Amino acid sequence: MELLFQYFEIVLTLILLAVGFFAGRFLEARHYASIRAREKQYRKILAFSARYPPNMVEPQDTRLVCGTVVISSDYFKQFVAGLRNFIGGRFRSYESLFDRARREAILRMKMDAHKNGYALIINVKFVSTSIGGNVTGQQGMPCFEICAYGTAMRPQKARFPDKLTD
Amino acid sequence: MSSILVSNIEVVPGKRVKSHLGLVQGSTVRSKHAGKDILAGLKNIVGGELTAYTELMQEAREEATERMIEQARSIGANGVLNVRYATTAVTQGAAEILAYGTAVVLE
Repeated sequence: MELLFQYFEIVLTLILLAVGFFAGRFLEARHYASIRAREKQYRKILAFSARYPPNMVEPQDTRLVCGTVVISSDYFKQFVAGLRNFIGGRFRSYESLFDRARREAILRMKMDAHKNGYALIINVKFVSTSIGGNVTGQQGMPCFEICAYGTAMRPQKARFPDKLTD
Repeated sequence: MSSILVSNIEVVPGKRVKSHLGLVQGSTVRSKHAGKDILAGLKNIVGGELTAYTELMQEAREEATERMIEQARSIGANGVLNVRYATTAVTQGAAEILAYGTAVVLE
């Protein structure tokens, strides 16, 4: 009976690993495709980390915009990362996770700006929180929130050089 | 939406800062609840975005900002400049979200 229980645990782990691997890969590919498509779509909304707007822009009205995303790793990635912990080095599986989250946060910030008719965001900053685990203090899956925020402005078209306007 | 101008740059283009009223802040501590936690636990197997938590954090951030604006209004400011967000994990599963900035009176 004891043996059966142990066996069951191993099978369950393998199933979760397989589901995590295939579903995780599929979802990641789909997310990347959607990120690339939307990045193309919102390319015209410029985001800078500079504290002051570019010279050619005479900003009109300003507003804080923000984009938030909470993302978690999948079962397979966590397993691989656990192995990785022994030998150190790059956590390649988590790198893509952060990359996705940050790009998504920037996109959402741009979408927020676009929705309100702004065309330029300056002083973009990132802030992130780890919200893994639960309130009872149990160690859970790595799960974190990334927020991108900045000041959106509506530049006067007249101040743009002619070839930049369309 | 409030008439208070909120931005994270130090100057407001086209307007002059008449007086500086010092730091204002707003914060909120949020925790995820069990129901969402269970669903998120399932979602954790395949990874990706946890939409319920995204909404939670978005809401918390808005609330922190709103509280900061409220404080700014109570001391007679009409703008909050150089706004920053900061977060702290209180315990696992709960986070404090803080928004702070400089309250100013703009002309």
